[in-house]
Amino acid sequence: MKLTIEQVRHVANLARLSLTPEEEQRYATQLSAVLDAVAQLQELDVSGVEPTSHATLASSLLREDVTRPSLPPEKGLANAPVKMGTSFAVPKIIE
Amino acid sequence: MPLSDFQPVIGLEVHAQQLTKSKIFCGCSTEFGAEPNRNTCPVCLGMPGVLPVLNQRVVEFAIRTGLALGCTIKKTSVWSRKNYFYPDLPKGYQITQYDQPICEWGSLTIDTPEGEKTIRIRRIHMEEDAGKSVHDASVGESLVDLNRAGVPLLEIVSEPDLRSADEAVEYLKALRDVLVYLGVNDGNMEEGSFRCDANVSVMRKGETKYGQRVELKNINSFRFIKQAIEYEIARHVEVIESGGKIDQETRLWDTQRGETRSMRSKEEAHDYRYFPEPDLPPLHIPDALIDQVAQGLPELPRPKLQRFMSQYGLPAYDAKLLCAERPLAEFFEACAQHSKDYKKLSNWFQGELARLLNESGGTVGISTLKFTPAQLGELLTAVEKGTISNNAAKDVLGEMFRTGKAPDAIIAEKGLAQVSDTGAVEAVVDEVLAKNAGEVEKYRAGKKQIFGFFVGQVMKAMKGKGNPTLVNELLKKKLGD
Amino acid sequence: MALTDLSMLELAAKLAAGALSSVEATRACLARAAQVDGKVKAFLRLDEKGALAAAEASDARRKAGNPASPLDGVPIGLKDIFLTEGVETTCASRILQGFIPPYDATVVSLLKQAGLPIMGKLNMDEFAMGSSTESSAYGPTHNPWALDRTPGGSSGGSAAAVAAREVFGALGTDTGGSIRQPAALTNLVGLKPTYGRVSRYGVIAFASSLDQVGPMARTVADTAALLQLIARHDPLDSTSAPVEAPDYREDLEGGVRGLKLGVPREYFIDGMDPEVEATVREALRDYERMGATLVEVSLPHTKYALATYYLLAPAEASSNLARYDGVRYGLRAKDAKGLREMYGQTRERGFGAEVKRRIMLGTYALSAGYYDAYYLRAQKVRTLIRQDFSRAFEQVDAILSPTSPVPAFKLGEKADDLLAMYLMDVFTLPCNLAGIPGLSLPCGFTKSNLPIGLQILGKPFDEARMLRIARAFEREHDFTRRLAPV
Ligand SMILES: [Zn+2]
Repeated sequence: MKLTIEQVRHVANLARLSLTPEEEQRYATQLSAVLDAVAQLQELDVSGVEPTSHATLASSLLREDVTRPSLPPEKGLANAPVKMGTSFAVPKIIE
Repeated sequence: MPLSDFQPVIGLEVHAQQLTKSKIFCGCSTEFGAEPNRNTCPVCLGMPGVLPVLNQRVVEFAIRTGLALGCTIKKTSVWSRKNYFYPDLPKGYQITQYDQPICEWGSLTIDTPEGEKTIRIRRIHMEEDAGKSVHDASVGESLVDLNRAGVPLLEIVSEPDLRSADEAVEYLKALRDVLVYLGVNDGNMEEGSFRCDANVSVMRKGETKYGQRVELKNINSFRFIKQAIEYEIARHVEVIESGGKIDQETRLWDTQRGETRSMRSKEEAHDYRYFPEPDLPPLHIPDALIDQVAQGLPELPRPKLQRFMSQYGLPAYDAKLLCAERPLAEFFEACAQHSKDYKKLSNWFQGELARLLNESGGTVGISTLKFTPAQLGELLTAVEKGTISNNAAKDVLGEMFRTGKAPDAIIAEKGLAQVSDTGAVEAVVDEVLAKNAGEVEKYRAGKKQIFGFFVGQVMKAMKGKGNPTLVNELLKKKLGD
Repeated sequence: MALTDLSMLELAAKLAAGALSSVEATRACLARAAQVDGKVKAFLRLDEKGALAAAEASDARRKAGNPASPLDGVPIGLKDIFLTEGVETTCASRILQGFIPPYDATVVSLLKQAGLPIMGKLNMDEFAMGSSTESSAYGPTHNPWALDRTPGGSSGGSAAAVAAREVFGALGTDTGGSIRQPAALTNLVGLKPTYGRVSRYGVIAFASSLDQVGPMARTVADTAALLQLIARHDPLDSTSAPVEAPDYREDLEGGVRGLKLGVPREYFIDGMDPEVEATVREALRDYERMGATLVEVSLPHTKYALATYYLLAPAEASSNLARYDGVRYGLRAKDAKGLREMYGQTRERGFGAEVKRRIMLGTYALSAGYYDAYYLRAQKVRTLIRQDFSRAFEQVDAILSPTSPVPAFKLGEKADDLLAMYLMDVFTLPCNLAGIPGLSLPCGFTKSNLPIGLQILGKPFDEARMLRIARAFEREHDFTRRLAPV
């Protein structure tokens, strides 16, 4: 499985990573190698096998519908790189 | 352009905020209108390390809605992550249900000019709402408020069974009524607690294959929904008639221009990379919970309306008005225990009571009325018996509305009781006729229009308290009619 | 014998007897860290003030005859993956540089309630992605047994700090072997409990369905005592198991007579270091001598575990790491034009190479058109791997194997060979896929004095028995008493 540069760019875009051209090349090679290795799974017959997405014995834990104190905004925003009042500020969102 | 050659096909996706006290996965309040980020905590801020814990009420509301819409409630449903980047989505994914939602295959019946029509509901699932971002032009930045992030939503998806903008609006109104009846949603479109996306396509009449569909987003009133869908239908027809092709895209309704416009195409097609949410085990719903919710299910708007027509003999118009809101319908039924002339009762509801509620400017609602159904019953009985006049009853109701005093107390206090004692009225009538012998002559000679004069004189003499029916009756008798 | 050479329970006994104070123990750790950490580089940050304040409070409780737990006053360290209120937590990533958490992880609260002074935050592979601590944005940690070698990873800082006696014990996390492999490489006991045994709330997520918190210590009894403090149901973690924890030390000396111990034929592979294989086989013979029965078992899907893991873990990680977007905390590329560029540049600069690689891999595995072939298929193979263990555990009480195919390797040695690095987890990660508990126990040394670990895999929630099996071996040898030469 050889990943093209276009595929790498598409994936990087989905993942919001502004890769350098060198990284694009490197990841194309490295990810191709990993994908070759994991292609081994294709040889198994998994028909009729249920997927495992949870390894837990726990069944859905539910909480009562009661409010608990929230964080004061000054605490919730204490780590914000940029804020305005009690809002997080980000560069203009363009649709 | 022969629009009539085309058949519009519409499916709706409704997002309804659930009326829970706390958010879906944390204990923050769902209250509307707080200072930005006042109702946030590490969980709904998407801090590192946080985990979701499901609000039980959210599940009950979903089951309630599913049962009300005749859905199958799935014994096991699965949470998924929908991955995309947006500043109002703190974790970079939305926790939602994807291929295994909690409810499937129900329906909702609506009225159309051609009669009743059943719209199939494909699925209902639970999910968390995103936050809100507003652009602040003064600083050139967008501001993110996560108070709404994590508010529980129900997404209700219809099949593409709707065939016109009017049907779409009917469906939405009916659905909203059901949700409000269930106490699951407040039905407020302006505040965004009841939102709708529409999938619209057209096909030539007689065809069975649907045309390319377009998704309309961000429509926040019934009026705009009708306008947006109608605009879009016309646009599709025009494009197709002129040999063009409809693109699969998402369009926004521009309220100012009254047109839909394409959202600037994203650089990549949506690829949400759904996968099962590892932080939440599958949701198993015991039969006992479904039974419990089913038992608490209220009568729904449509059956209630039909019952109001048959049980109380009300016209459809009256029944519809009375059933518009569950508290109103319930209050009517409570009053009907005490006043058996249901049509008259309905008239009072639509007339005086509606007026008083309206004049209170929203400060008084049906559930905060100061008087009881029994008291309203007493008032109406007093009118029926002729104890007070219809007009006086209006005053009494106003007083009851303001003070909560019992009607008989108000009648006594204000001296509104009518004189219905035949002897007493007769004495006054005799006196008036004796005093006005000239007029009596004229009347008897044929000047029938002065009858009102006698009534006026009697009422004046009785300080307005004479029972008008009795006064009329006696005058006519004495004047020899 | 130096104070810092004591085990946790030995120190606790002295604290209980009033022979030592927690402040003295804490100061001894600080002094030890000052002495060796320049070479070991286990700590990302020391919290001298916080630790001493906790120690003073502990001494007051001890004096009042009211200790909060058996380990009250015993200084420990935390992998920098645990959120600590008011103390910077970075997960060894640039993207979280300067992040001061507003809350404590559940396990951190539990340790604080139990009175353990927290010495500081320990180095790790960035976001726990790695097996050598070399992917840390803040430089690698060195193995106290051989400073030019790795202590393993990703909990390498935790392992090195305990092995170098800078702390008496530590918490790590284990997604594919990140507690057990560094424990093996530094002569520690490390336990990855059953998935759901210990709360993950406040633990920075790598792969949510695989991550589990566990103790790392120099002896089996210490490990049991530390596990005791954190093994409980947490209403803040929906995957936390509502299972009561037993007393892990009650039956510790119960021995292995009559137990059936499985030896999986698939775990003795080509390419395994011969000294590791010989030492582990020797340990197996010891167990036989002690009265256990060895049973050969088969875990036929073992060879697919690595591929399964390297699809599932990056997929979950790609989603878990989406929140590092420069909006609410952590790094933001401030010179970026527009939102889109802000995201891309923040994440490009904030994440290291290995993290980006796994985000890319995981994003790809989940993306449209590939989900079924990669992610879904891997989840199905995960089921087969779980079933292998279920079947094996019908025959045996526990399974024994090497922890790592090789002893500690040189820093930089595998930096360029991705797949060779991924192979370091080959024996440990099936356990995470199955959700079962796994323990690494010191079982000997190479000729060049590098530690070798024996892995004990158990049935779900059977940690007590695994500790008993480990203790039986420990009692017969002096390996856990040997101290790193640093
Ligand atoms: Zn919250």
